Amino acid sequence: MSAEFPTVTQHTGEVEAGQSLWQDAWHRLRQNKLALIGACFIALLTIACFLTPLIAPGSYEKTNLALGPAAPSHAHWLGTDILGRDMLSRILFGGCISLSVGLAATLVSVLIGVLYGAISGYVGGRLDVVMMRVVDIAYSLPFVVFVILILVVFGRNIVLLFMAIGAVSWLDMARIVRGQVMSLKKQEFVEAAVALGLRKRRIILRHMIPNVLGIVAIYATLIVPSVMLLEAFLSFLGLGVQAPMSSWGTLINDGRKSMEEYPWLLIYPSLFFSLTLFSLNFLGDGLRDALDVRASKD
Amino acid sequence: MPLLEVTNLRTSFHTRHGIVRAVNGVSFSLEKGDTLGIVGESGSGKSVTCYSLMRLIPEPPGKIEGGTAAFDGVDLLTASPEQLRKIRGKRISMIFQDPMTSLNPYLKISEQLIEPLLIHENISRADALKRGIAALEEVGVPDAAKRIRSYPHEFSGGMRQRVMIAMALITKPELLIADEPTTALDVTVQAQILDLVKKMQRELGMAVIWITHDLGVVAGFCRRVQVMYAGRIVERAATDELFQQTAHPYTCALQKSIPALQPKGAALYTIPGMPPDLSRKVEGCPFVPRCEFAQDQCRQPVELKDVAPHHATACLRVQKGEINLKHE
Repeated sequence: MSAEFPTVTQHTGEVEAGQSLWQDAWHRLRQNKLALIGACFIALLTIACFLTPLIAPGSYEKTNLALGPAAPSHAHWLGTDILGRDMLSRILFGGCISLSVGLAATLVSVLIGVLYGAISGYVGGRLDVVMMRVVDIAYSLPFVVFVILILVVFGRNIVLLFMAIGAVSWLDMARIVRGQVMSLKKQEFVEAAVALGLRKRRIILRHMIPNVLGIVAIYATLIVPSVMLLEAFLSFLGLGVQAPMSSWGTLINDGRKSMEEYPWLLIYPSLFFSLTLFSLNFLGDGLRDALDVRASKD
Repeated sequence: MPLLEVTNLRTSFHTRHGIVRAVNGVSFSLEKGDTLGIVGESGSGKSVTCYSLMRLIPEPPGKIEGGTAAFDGVDLLTASPEQLRKIRGKRISMIFQDPMTSLNPYLKISEQLIEPLLIHENISRADALKRGIAALEEVGVPDAAKRIRSYPHEFSGGMRQRVMIAMALITKPELLIADEPTTALDVTVQAQILDLVKKMQRELGMAVIWITHDLGVVAGFCRRVQVMYAGRIVERAATDELFQQTAHPYTCALQKSIPALQPKGAALYTIPGMPPDLSRKVEGCPFVPRCEFAQDQCRQPVELKDVAPHHATACLRVQKGEINLKHE
């Protein structure tokens, strides 16, 4: 009979009821070094970026034409660009924009996408058809035309850029979550929940969504790089961030043009960009494991 | 007035291969505190009957075509979602076949166990948790106060089924529907679970509908039994009488199939043929193709009729007294 009572793992013993999933996930995440390093890197970078106006070694927009593009030195740790602007300041400032875009898109896709997908998948039937056709329609809008239209109508505005990116970033998430929920709702524990007299809302929020969080975490970390690239693309078209403001996308794009003469203009922004994406991927991987209560026990 | 009165329940599934009449005119009633076993092989409609009562049939493709199921004056088949929610999990509870999949893997036992209390009773979390621990102790989960904070995967199958029972009974329901809750368990654990449900039934005085394909379980647990075949009830009797005064060839064949009742070394008895395809309309007795007593007259429509007090059969020849299965 001893097989009847597997030992209770230590960390579940200390946790209070309520918010249990998140507390447990946090316990498990802390044991994953790579994910933790990723999280720390992103946290530090975020703090640095948003404190840029206060701590930056130079102004991101003050030009120094006499200096021109200078290699990294004591005065300018990461060098200066063609107009003599301090690269570190520009990278950190650009990080503000890029990280904000990434964060906003992730928030939108997690909040709207997950809820939308879960409702559509769980309720099913006609509502599902209508909701998914709405997604299809939004999907089929030519994105660039859509953004140009918005910018023409409302004028160029960074907030609108965020909104435009947000408007498309939740579509994939909604589809993924819907598919997951549709397979989940055939499981017996959902039947059991219905038999207990639970409302749809409670079943979706308490039983469906926690079960898809692992996939959501992974997918959310994939959204961030894709929207950062999207922002770079829009900026490249002249629809996004405009000089003298910078984003990682625009910096990399500028650096690309002169990478043979002044390689630091390409290398440093790319380094920040890559490190951020790496960190996000490690963090996402760690989150998926942390949110899967079964896999992480061994 | 009986606690539950089901009349002429018909449920079908509209599939690509036609309309499958999974439950075809089932009527029965259940008194408060009574125990009714529903026996039949796979696909006989025993589970669909109970799922229909709980309105758990996925619609579409399923459809409750007709009939009534009066539970304490409320027709479960036409009740509003709001009425249903107040009954499900509070006055009628259900335990399922496979304890490995009927608990949400992402929620702790504590969360799932007290969920029915939180939604059906005006109770604080702390009090609900206390009752949850008490309920776990009641069903024999050792070290309940600690174990309640585990996840389902940290429990064995038998322990999970105990959790399911605790969850079903935590609101003290008047009716428990058990859908083959011992099928997925070891034989020793089966016996424990049966004893547990018996004990809980004595304590709470609830009625139990026990769905199973195991006549042995029925013999040890149920006061009355109805045997289902092809979506119909073919025989209904008190348990002892069903075994001693068998009045339907199908019940008889089922009994012969119990390995323990066969002489050692004898080839196991199996019922020849297959259950009928329920998407075809069956005239008369559905068991005819497999029945050793079948005659042409068996193809005419037949009703469930009493052949003794509280003992009904749907076999025309037994009704007419032409065959006697007692000494088979």
